[in-house]
Amino acid sequence: MNCSNTQNLIDAYVDRELDLERNLEIERHLEDCALCSQACKDHQALRDAISASSLYFKSSANLRKRVQSSLRKASRAETARNFVPSRWLTLAASLATVVVVTWSVIHVFSVPSSDDLLTHEVLSSHQRSLMANHLADVSSSDQHTVKPWFAGKVDFSPPVEDLTKQGFPLIGGRLDYLENRPVAALVYQRHKHVINLFIWPSASESDVPTKAVSRQGYNLFHWTQSHMTYWAASDLDKGELQEFVQLVQNQTSPGS
Amino acid sequence: MPEQQKVARFEQLILPHLDAAYNLARWLTRNEHDAQDAVQEAYLRAFKYFDSFRGPDGRAWLLAIVRNTCWTWLQQARARELTTPFDEEIHSVETDSSTPVTLLLQSADTQILRQALEELPADFREVVVLRELEGFSYKEIADIANIPTGTVMSRLARARNRLKQCLRNQMAKEP
Repeated sequence: MNCSNTQNLIDAYVDRELDLERNLEIERHLEDCALCSQACKDHQALRDAISASSLYFKSSANLRKRVQSSLRKASRAETARNFVPSRWLTLAASLATVVVVTWSVIHVFSVPSSDDLLTHEVLSSHQRSLMANHLADVSSSDQHTVKPWFAGKVDFSPPVEDLTKQGFPLIGGRLDYLENRPVAALVYQRHKHVINLFIWPSASESDVPTKAVSRQGYNLFHWTQSHMTYWAASDLDKGELQEFVQLVQNQTSPGS
Repeated sequence: MPEQQKVARFEQLILPHLDAAYNLARWLTRNEHDAQDAVQEAYLRAFKYFDSFRGPDGRAWLLAIVRNTCWTWLQQARARELTTPFDEEIHSVETDSSTPVTLLLQSADTQILRQALEELPADFREVVVLRELEGFSYKEIADIANIPTGTVMSRLARARNRLKQCLRNQMAKEP
């Protein structure tokens, strides 16, 4: 980590928006570099001054009354518009009951599952890796460089495959953090699109078939194979990402 | 949802964020009366679309509406402010300005800081207010302002450099 890298990331560092590895690198650099260290203190001082000063505009009791009365007025107008003759009302009420019951049933079953939470975590990691220009801790298209790099950093050896010939060149590897544990992130590319492939040992013995999820314009695939959990995330279109996923699955399946 | 219940739920979930709404509107419009009008309008809009609120964070949801209301207002009232591009040449930080901001801030009073923040372009002011005064994460700011997370980071960085420069200029003027 040099001065120019540090200066670029100093805001995200002060705001605690960086991943673990990047954070440590910056801290190491700040110990040795008086200039960046001062810049960091300046940032911190500015932040503290802004949040400590009375720069926050509080609303008045008057505004509260004004907003409240305009809301009640809008609500009354709404009620008047919705007025319907009473015999329709009975029918509407029974329909409404059906809707409410259906909604409750759906709602009960749509409580965020651990899969949902993990999807969110994976997606955040993927976005973070793109944001801070921190794709790879080890940049290499050579699987025999990337795989050994993980030794000593994680307590497992992730399968690293070079898929350049198939149109998905390996960019490198990165240490990331998911489900409260360090995981291996392999970075692949397809044209201009980045694919993060997260790998860590699975808690379950058996394989889990592939599932696809789409969130905020990103596609995610996850599965468990040979005691390893895999998550692939990218803004690549679903078909192409699926092609990638199949390549990875064929390469890493035992006996291939 | 029956109308009365809707009002009660709205008052319970959204109305408590009136301070946050006013603070953001006040910083964006830079004017007490306009801020109050914008807040009232935003609350009416929020009420109208309350059915689409899926939780859990009422504050972020409301602020996205407040912010859109203010920007519409700014566009109508002050087209000029929005079309003034941020000029990197003029506003870039001078590298020879060696006085640490830490020292400047020790003697800077709130007024100077307030003025420096008010002079930022509106899209920079917005991210600073959401980050420093409301404490939102980059991701949350990105959702509220409908911009990529990377843009949040670069706007914050440039806004802070600009603030430091403003403070230096202010301090240089005073004996």
